Amino acid sequence: MATTRETEPRTVAAPAPDRLGAELGLSDEQLREMYTLVAMARAIDERMWVLNRAGKVPFVISGQGHEGAQVGIAYDLRRRSDWLVPFYRSVAMVMTFGMSPREIMLAQFARAVDPSSGGRQMPGHYGAARHNILSTSSPVATQVLHAVGIAYAAKVRGTGQVAMTALGEGASNQGDFHEALNFAGIHRLPVVFVVENNGYAISVPARFETAVPDIAIRAQGYAMPGVIVDGADVLGCYAAGREAIARARRGDGATLIEAKVTRLTAHSSDDQQTKYRSADELERERGRDPLPLFRQQLAGAGVLDDEREAAIAREIAAAVDDATDWAEAQPEPDPQTATRHVYAGEPLDAVDEPSLGGPWGARPSPRDGGRSAREG
Amino acid sequence: MAVMTLLESIRETLREEMRRDESIVILGEDVGKKGGVFLTTDGLFDEFGGDRVLDTPLTESMIVGASIGASVNGLRPVPEIQFADFIHPAFNQIVSEAARMRYRSNGHFSCPITIRAPYGGGVHGALYHSQSVEAFFAHVPGLKVVVPSTPYDARGLLRSAIRDDDPVLFFEHKKLYRSVRGEVPEGDYTIPLARANVTREGRQVSIVAYGLMAHYALEAAELVEGEGVSAEVIDVRTLRPLDAETIVDSVKKTGKCVIAYEDNRFGGYGAEIAAILAEEAFDYLDGPIVRVTGPEVPGVPYSHTLEDWFMPDPERIAQAVRDLAAY
Repeated sequence: MATTRETEPRTVAAPAPDRLGAELGLSDEQLREMYTLVAMARAIDERMWVLNRAGKVPFVISGQGHEGAQVGIAYDLRRRSDWLVPFYRSVAMVMTFGMSPREIMLAQFARAVDPSSGGRQMPGHYGAARHNILSTSSPVATQVLHAVGIAYAAKVRGTGQVAMTALGEGASNQGDFHEALNFAGIHRLPVVFVVENNGYAISVPARFETAVPDIAIRAQGYAMPGVIVDGADVLGCYAAGREAIARARRGDGATLIEAKVTRLTAHSSDDQQTKYRSADELERERGRDPLPLFRQQLAGAGVLDDEREAAIAREIAAAVDDATDWAEAQPEPDPQTATRHVYAGEPLDAVDEPSLGGPWGARPSPRDGGRSAREG
Repeated sequence: MAVMTLLESIRETLREEMRRDESIVILGEDVGKKGGVFLTTDGLFDEFGGDRVLDTPLTESMIVGASIGASVNGLRPVPEIQFADFIHPAFNQIVSEAARMRYRSNGHFSCPITIRAPYGGGVHGALYHSQSVEAFFAHVPGLKVVVPSTPYDARGLLRSAIRDDDPVLFFEHKKLYRSVRGEVPEGDYTIPLARANVTREGRQVSIVAYGLMAHYALEAAELVEGEGVSAEVIDVRTLRPLDAETIVDSVKKTGKCVIAYEDNRFGGYGAEIAAILAEEAFDYLDGPIVRVTGPEVPGVPYSHTLEDWFMPDPERIAQAVRDLAAY
């Protein structure tokens, strides 16, 4: 299995059978970590928009509304061993896989030590070699083939790794998506395809993107399970992700997970979604926001009380402020370095890992058996 | 020392490299049991198995895209595109992804892949089995583009390409596969991916060419020699990075240059060489830079009369050399 929680001793008591998360093998501590990730990704995302509207960062592309699906589905991956091939809304998923608020904010400010690209790419193009998060581009669905190639290499080399990749439902119409699923189906590759279906490809609604209501049905054409999950149901997403990861890990091949999510923001900071979405629709969609739903679920189960929630909120506020201030204070890339790394042969900039993680990166993750992410 | 065809040299180099490095894999259409439509990978499936010599679906974008992913996770893929004409579905993966991976990640990721593709006309392949596509890719920083013309060069260049840590396009001229034979020494020699080759020394006109045209340029030089014209021939070999120095030095000596390439003229690779010469050897030029190229039609036609009309040949290159020598 993906985490050490089933084999290593844990400090928490064995859960009562009727406890929330018990069926899924999740401890209260892990549930709170998942909640923290969802809430942290939201807070970082909201800060990006504030910085954009304040004129400090020229571009934002957002994951708001997708966070529950991203955290849930990716939570069972093995950090720094498995691979994540994200897309531009994957802010919560890359944080689940180890990226820190500081690392996210460095990309927003396009600073020299930004691990995604050293300030070369637009924000949202996540990547981090130290986390096994592959660099991403702007053409959609190209990354799906990269995940398949990573999985092929894992199979040939016998590494036991799983590759997860994410995309929007709009991207699932690209040929690369179908070529990837076809190849993964033929060779039963250890890969999980996650389509985050928010109903819009920028402004075009799903009914004009695809002739079928569900993307998951496309899995049938490639001999793999297609699973539909409600993206507002974080634990449902976790269950789907865990099963798909386990299936890939044991050599039974790929899974296509379609998470029905909502896009709470415009496509990007350069888009005005009220031009093509009604006020009624936008109001209605707020009811599908995973963050308050997950919070209520955890509070109802006694996993989250006022005191704990306040402590998490404080931690998030501090981490977002720290990440913003710290990242903004980092030097901008030197134009003298702009010709570097076209080809091999130039040394990498030294990475100060503790500073990239900041106060967040040092926190131990309960799913890693209490070890810090850096000890991996 | 063995005498091999160009094709045999490539096949034996693939075999030796795969024996040397078990991370090398081949992905492509019909590369497995069939050994490729030209038999370039013949026997490799039997020796290395289906995981390392993998028959793919007819999905060129996947062949390259999956190779990119595999290269990130510890393999060193040598994908084959069955004909260069079919590489266009993979253009996005090559240009947007492989070429930019290192730069866009600030050096943290790379794509050590070598994409082999047979190219070129003169083999009755018509519009879709004859294309010269090198100019598209030579334009792109982050890619390397190699065109071998002899069995000796093919081995040394392919070794360098496979061992290179950046994406390399390795274009093999189909008409040379079996028509060219040459000595290929044993031993682990390589040819750097940045070195043109002066294949014939001369005094009056430089002929710059690659691939099939590198052979035609030598034949043209023979033709004009009897008429008292001394031509120097340069086989470019690596189109990107280009060894401009060797070309510029030659033209500084001769003062005149004919560039021969099979692709259509407008925006073809030779135009870049002409621009470099205009910038760096202007004071040495005694005549216009002349190009001998394919015509401005969107492909090589099938009929042999039409194909002959399309293809540059030794006589056309020789005529350009004569005219320029007399300028």
